[in-house]
Order: sequence, then structure tokens, then C-alpha cells
Amino acid sequence: MALEISFSDKTFTNTSHTLQEFSEISLELRRDVIKSLYLAKSGHSGGSLGMADIFAVLFFGGILRYNPANWQWEKRDKFVLSAGHIAPILYATLARAGFFPTKELATLRKLHSRLQGHPALDANLPGIETSAGSLGQGISIALGMAMTHKLIDRTDQLVFSVTGDGEIEEGSVWEAAMAAGNYNLSNLCWIVDNNDCQIDGRVHQVMSIYPIADKFKSFNFNVITIDGHNYNEILSAFNTFKENAKTSDKPTCIIAKTYMGKGISFMEDDYKWHGMPPNEEQARKAFNELEKMQQQIKSLNL
Amino acid sequence: MIDESKIKKIPTRMGFGEGVVVLGERNPNIIVLGGDITGSVMTSLFKEKFPDRFFSIGIAEQNATTIAVGMALSGKIPFFSSYSAFAAFRNADQLRISVAYNNANVKIGGGHSGITVGPDGATHQSLEEVAYLRTLPNMTLIVPSDYNETKKATIAAGEMNGPVFIRFGRSAVPSFTADNDKFEIGKANILKDGNDLAIIASGLTVWESLMAAQMLENNLGIKARVINLHTIKPIDQEVIVAAAKDCGAIVTAEEHQIHGGMGSAVAEVVVANYPVPMKFIGINDRFGLSGEPDELISYFGLDRNSIYNAALDILKRK
Repeated sequence: MALEISFSDKTFTNTSHTLQEFSEISLELRRDVIKSLYLAKSGHSGGSLGMADIFAVLFFGGILRYNPANWQWEKRDKFVLSAGHIAPILYATLARAGFFPTKELATLRKLHSRLQGHPALDANLPGIETSAGSLGQGISIALGMAMTHKLIDRTDQLVFSVTGDGEIEEGSVWEAAMAAGNYNLSNLCWIVDNNDCQIDGRVHQVMSIYPIADKFKSFNFNVITIDGHNYNEILSAFNTFKENAKTSDKPTCIIAKTYMGKGISFMEDDYKWHGMPPNEEQARKAFNELEKMQQQIKSLNL
Repeated sequence: MIDESKIKKIPTRMGFGEGVVVLGERNPNIIVLGGDITGSVMTSLFKEKFPDRFFSIGIAEQNATTIAVGMALSGKIPFFSSYSAFAAFRNADQLRISVAYNNANVKIGGGHSGITVGPDGATHQSLEEVAYLRTLPNMTLIVPSDYNETKKATIAAGEMNGPVFIRFGRSAVPSFTADNDKFEIGKANILKDGNDLAIIASGLTVWESLMAAQMLENNLGIKARVINLHTIKPIDQEVIVAAAKDCGAIVTAEEHQIHGGMGSAVAEVVVANYPVPMKFIGINDRFGLSGEPDELISYFGLDRNSIYNAALDILKRK
């Protein structure tokens, strides 16, 4: 029997959630990622799955301030995905937050879809702040937004941006780090997705960017290193950033230790899954694993 | 008859710097980003007048270009200016993906362009950016010819929505357009009428073309139509096609590589609509050299004599 894919229209609220609820939200996001990539037959599974827990907390933990009903609300916080290739997790998150219908996730990477292979501003998808795809550029765009909010318009809007760890091999990223420190952009939260995987292999083997924390510290950042799959640590890091935004003159860098492909046993921590979609058999296996995990979470009663 | 001795010489970069100040007075959303050489490209005038709206980014053209995009997406109208060699190529990918693809309301001033930056030599003599920038969707590309026109182009750029690149120079060049001459982005100006041939120019070769046309008329009674194609993208098809039909031969002149430059853009229009013989004045597939601007202009054959000779050649092919 052919694998049938459908998307529930379930959405989640942006409030405080229990650890069990965060687990369920990220499971749903992971399921969406697998479904949309299976249907697309191409795209980036590994990084998208690896960031599911952080996206769950950022968008559904009362951290990022947004309004899906009026998404261009002037006072919103900004989320800029610099690592444009993990668009599937952003699309899943935005859909589950109510920015657009979840069934649109089935159109990923298809002709005329608003869910372009990499985020596209001209596709007019609600929640997309900028096009991204050429690595290293989104973070400088985030910087321009943070400068506008803090130094020109003097509003309390926060700017969050995600770069990969391989992405910070790009030189212009360090121009951005220098300027963020120079301009005391305490309203900027730079999340480095540190899964130590890039297309050609382990980041430390392709081109070591370590030590990451010391580099950002030297550029005048508050640096917080967390387990990117631990909801308490993620929440605590974001709350520290929000406090710093008010009291400190330093931008924040959250180095999130993550596993590429997290949640799907045969993808986990394997750089081969950077740019690969699941085939039918792999998608079935993935859904089974996610289903088992859902039962476990329910029985744990966290 | 234009009496050249009465024409003042002013650098086009002065027009850019003053234009940005005028914009700053009119609109509080105008922001300027500096790339260390603000005195050279004259955004220092804005910095002095509006220090709260000026941000120094250092020698980091990629970051400056992309910060500008973040500001534009947040409702500001940022100008970033550096030498054209660095404001069009060091940040080329940023211009493509972040500026043009986002259709961001970012304005880039490419100063010290062309061989007339002079003694600095080839590294600083940008001769390729028109070829690149005119292929970017959403991008508007202006190459004004003198001080007045650069000022008007800058103001017009700041008052339209969307990405604009303005290419201008370092050296003082004849300031021959008047304050009240009309300037509209995308509408070429016919500076001299004639039907024997058309000379289409942009930047400082517009003046040389006018002088060449005057020589043709005085010496041989040849009437050349001189067209100032200040906007290279979007290109004024109507004026170009009319020139092809009315004149039957076209010479283009630009301080840029012939390959892919303004002349190529004109040829695309001519060939598709009304093919006529063309001749291209420009830099012929080589890098520049150190020297004084006037020496380089004549060495590289961008001066009035070269345009005059090209006109005589093309008339033989009509």
C-alpha cells in the first residue's frame, strides 16, 4: 500500500508549556519535516530535524513575540533563518503557529509553491522575513534589523537568527560578529547550530571553526553553550538572553550542541543526511519511530 | 555651439554626497553606512550633518551591504557607498541574493569608478560592474554624466522604492547639464539632435560624445544625435529604437569594458528591434593602468577623437 501523507490542522500556542508538551510539539514538527521532504523528494532532512527542539521552544515557549493573524505587526520580534537550507523546520513551525495552512507543507519545493527550496521573500509566505540560502548573509540582515530597532527606532524588539556551524566558515560572518559587538547589540540572539556536520563531513575535519565560544567572547558576546535538545537548557538560555537584552551591552550567542537528524535513529549524527530526503521505506520507518516516541512521552507523564 | 572654456569641472562624487544630504533633510528614514572611505565618496557630508543616522561598518563591504538589507526590510532607506570596485564585486553575492532577490530598498553608490580613478591603477579601476549589475533582476543601474545629474540621480534613487546602484567617478569632469534639466530614471536624454548617426553614451563619455558631435558638424557638416543613456537598467528602448530607425548607425561610448557594458545593452535592444551597424567605444578586454585621468582617457581611446573616428567609420557601413 502506498504511503499516504496528510497534515493535521493542529496548531500550537506561544505560551508556557510543560516539558511533555514541548516534546509533543517537536515530535509534530519532526513529523512535518519528514512528510514534506518525502513529498518533495529532495531537501535537507538532517539540520531540520536537529533544530526541531529549539524551534519548538522559540516559537511556542513565549520567547519570540509574533502575531500570525497580523504577521507584519510592526512591533514583532524578528526571526531570521540564516541557514536557509533548513527551511523545512521553519515552514513546519510557521504552519503550526498559524501563519499559513498546514496542508501547504505538502507543496514544499514544488513549482509555484510559497515554500521555495530556500526561504524566498518574493514568494510572500507569511512569517518569512528575508530570502536566505547563500550562507552567512542572513546573520548580517539580522544585524541590520537589530541596529534599526535598538539604535535608530529605539524599540525593545528582539532579533533571533540561526546559523549553522559550517556556515560560520564564511568570512562575512565574522564581519557580522565584529559589528554586533562593536554596536553593543544586546537585542541580537545569534544561535549557532553546532551539530559538527556539513556536506563533506565533520565540521572539525572540513575546516575547524573551534573553539566557537572563545571566538564569540572575543567579539564581545555573552556566550551560552547548551544541549540543543534539552528544553530546560534551551528555555533558560533564551530567558538569559531576554534579560541581557535589557541589562547588558553585549549581544548573545547561544551555541546549541545538537545532533543532525535527531529523533530518527538511522539519520542521527550522520552528515550524509545533510541534504537528503527520506524515501518511502525510510519515511515509514521514521514515522514508526516518532509514533513509538510519542507513546513513550505519554507514558512518562513528565 | 558649446564653448568648452566656460564649462566648470566638478567631480560627480560631489553630486552623490550632496544628493544624500538633500535626501536626509527630506526623509528621516534615510540612513548612511560608511565603509571607511566616506571622505572619498563624500558621504562624510551626511555623517557631519546627521551623525545619528550614520553608521560606520569599517572595511567590510559584504557586511555593510547586508546590514543595509536588514535596515531596508525594517523600513529604512540605507545608502552604502564605497569604491565601485568593492561596492559591486566584493559584495557581489550579497547584491544578488540579499539585495536584488529580496528587492530590498537599498541604495549603493559605486564611487571612483572606471580608469579615471587614475594613479591608483587597475585594482581600483572598476570596469566590469555594469556588465554584472545589469543582469540582476529588480536592480536599477544609473551611470550619470556630471555633477548635477549625479545629484539628481541620487535624489531620484532615494525617492524610488527598490534597489539602485549609482556609478560615479573621482575626478573633476565638465559640469554641462543645467539645474533645471529634466532627469527621470529610465528616460534617456537627447542632448543634440541629428539623423546622420547616433552616439549613445553614459558617464563621462557623454561630454566627449557631445564634443565629438560638435567636431563632426563643424568639420564635415555631419549631424549626430547625442543620447545620454544615464539609466542602463531599466533601459530606454523607445529612444534607442528611434535612434536606430532615424539615424541608421550607432556608436556607443562608455568608461567600461565593451563586453557586457552599456553598449552591449544597447545592442541587445537594437538587434531585437531594428538592426543597424554599431561601433563600440570602451575598454577592450584588458585591465587599466596608472596614469592621470586625461592621459588614460586618450590612451584607452575614450576621448572625443576616438568617438569622432568611430563615427566616420560607422558612416561608411551605413
